[in-house]
Amino acid sequence: MTRVYMDHNATTPLAEAVADKMMAVLREEFGNPSSVHHFGQRAKAVVDEARSAVAELVGGDPSEVIFTSGGTESDNFALRGAAEALEPSGRRQLVSSGIEHEAVLNTLKALARRGWQSTMLPVGATGLVTAEGLTAALTDQTALVSIMHANNEIGTIQPVAELTRLAKARGAVVHTDAVQTAGKIPVNVRALGVDLLSISAHKFYGPKGVGALWVRRGLRLLPFMTGGKQERGRRSGTENVAAIAGMGVAARLAMAKMAEEALRLGALRDRLEQRILQAVPGTAVNGDPGTRVPNTSNISFDRVEAESLLIALDLEGVAVSTGSACSSGTLEPSHVLKAMGLPTHRTQNSIRFSLGAANTEAEVDRVVAVLPGVVDKLRSLTRTPVRG
Amino acid sequence: MRVVVAMSGGVDSSVAAAILAAEGHDVIGLSMQLYDQSGTQAFGSCCTLDDLHDARRVAAAIGIPHYILNFERQFQQTVVANFVGEYTAGRTPLPCAHCNSDLKFSTLLDRAQGLGAEAVATGHYARVEQAPDGRFRLRRGLDPDKDQAYFLFSLTQEQLARAAFPVGALTKTDVRAHARTLGLRVADKPDSQEICFVPDGDYASFVERQAPAAVKAGAVADESGHTLATHDGVHRFTIGQRKGLGVSSQAPLYVLRIDADSGQVTVGPRAALERRALTASQVNWTGGDMPPDWQAGTAQIRHRHRPTPGRVRALPDGRAEFESDAPLSAVTPGQAAVFYDGDVVVGGGWID
Repeated sequence: MTRVYMDHNATTPLAEAVADKMMAVLREEFGNPSSVHHFGQRAKAVVDEARSAVAELVGGDPSEVIFTSGGTESDNFALRGAAEALEPSGRRQLVSSGIEHEAVLNTLKALARRGWQSTMLPVGATGLVTAEGLTAALTDQTALVSIMHANNEIGTIQPVAELTRLAKARGAVVHTDAVQTAGKIPVNVRALGVDLLSISAHKFYGPKGVGALWVRRGLRLLPFMTGGKQERGRRSGTENVAAIAGMGVAARLAMAKMAEEALRLGALRDRLEQRILQAVPGTAVNGDPGTRVPNTSNISFDRVEAESLLIALDLEGVAVSTGSACSSGTLEPSHVLKAMGLPTHRTQNSIRFSLGAANTEAEVDRVVAVLPGVVDKLRSLTRTPVRG
Repeated sequence: MRVVVAMSGGVDSSVAAAILAAEGHDVIGLSMQLYDQSGTQAFGSCCTLDDLHDARRVAAAIGIPHYILNFERQFQQTVVANFVGEYTAGRTPLPCAHCNSDLKFSTLLDRAQGLGAEAVATGHYARVEQAPDGRFRLRRGLDPDKDQAYFLFSLTQEQLARAAFPVGALTKTDVRAHARTLGLRVADKPDSQEICFVPDGDYASFVERQAPAAVKAGAVADESGHTLATHDGVHRFTIGQRKGLGVSSQAPLYVLRIDADSGQVTVGPRAALERRALTASQVNWTGGDMPPDWQAGTAQIRHRHRPTPGRVRALPDGRAEFESDAPLSAVTPGQAAVFYDGDVVVGGGWID
């Protein structure tokens, strides 16, 4: 069976050039970047080149880029490192939103057990955090504000630049999780004005297990991996050279194709969305149609359990996704849709389509052709309608 | 045929899936997550994260897709709620039977049909056959030590028509050998014991955590009503129980009756536990036919009870009556009375 992959917000396939570079580095550049000798210098050069590429992707300086194991580590590092550095300030409030990724939400919960108070901003029906909401939450106690750049489930892009101005005016440090925007749409740390920004390589055709945290020069951030003082003492541990090299290549590829690919994916996404809304009764789009990353569409299907729809589509060779998976791999009602105030049944019957490089019009049309039959079958066999 | 196998991560359902896949069916493995697995809330011994992991590994080994369904809410509303309700009402529940008829062959079957599957298969040691008249017959599993037909009596004809028990004609030894031949990691996994969501076997504490307000304390009394002791809740007792009565006596005493309304637990000698007849409610005539009159057969009143010969007849309002040829000891309200004709399940109901 030929399969259609439309789950690029979960992960993307490795770009060919990335794989080639990684293989070459794995085979040839075995040196430890911290070593003084020739082998170390070669490996160091590989890491430096990748650092420059990643810095360029986010509009920062290479000296501000710290390689990590991925988006989750970057978020943890940003929040824990900044909070710890801010302890002497006496400020104890952390401000975030209810639609953040679990890497942020659960880190805030962990900090709350250590005496930090978190304020979760409400979001509107399309998942947008508002300036008014933030202004109301900010106090002289606000130490850190963390608002994601775009949401992974619905794709809504937050007004991070505006929110950052407000937060900084009150003396807060600002972090944004840009895992779902880096490589998809322009991300510029200067324009956003933030202090910390998380990204992950495997969301833009790089390898898993590598990401970066951009840290504004001069920001105090306590390391939470201590050791041999790699990454300017901020993130110790011998660098994953091949993965970092892959991330660098992926960053350059993303920059080269970004404008064109965003247009192409936006058009494909709109085609998919419009045709699903036409072909399947009882459907509605979740999120902010005007302010979304171009590849993401989140659609509710009335009277269908998302869990079953996901499985039925997979059996038809269509890979999509829904809310967040829990530890066992089962689905839970989406905390994002819940935070947007959607009724319970819509938090449990929504599917995310996230398009990427390999998707074509023909694939979109195939998905649109498969959906009505699958949905009808599930609806006909729903013993107790899914209700709120 | 597309068929869903309910995979618990144990050897029986693993082999069931392997058999169906080897027969060339389009097999989909589904595992049910039945309770919150995040940290301290987990209270299960079956379908824990480890079991789900085993199911996933087996599915990968035999080359079938595998998915995990979140049935926490349904499990709580059907099986756990009934379990707690029965204990606090002074009855002794049988959650596995409810899980089969109210979850596996209802909610899971619906999901399976939604995925285009014609049947749900499980690893139960029971057999289902279509008789010449088109009806489905539920028979005991071939392995007398492992037979589980008792837990399946409440399946209707519609449910039996969609049920498959691929290991029902095998012995447990065969099943393990088969798993070993296939190199399945669960070949020597121990059988699940006790009730899956109370792995420590401490039902009383479980009921108290689930329904603290429903706990009914009272007196332990003898047959003439004299109070011998007090107790912390009727849910701590089952008919025929001898230990933990809080009463010292020269002759051993057994729980004879539990009255949840008054909280009184009546105890007496073993002989007083014996009955010659019982009635059951919410009877399912598994074979599809209600007996027109008294029908000879056997009855089993617990999973591990040796079937006792006698006769059964239907009563109005979905009830049935069984008269036994030999004394039945510890007829326990809440357990199932299942009636057989040879190894065929005629029907069964919940003991009054």
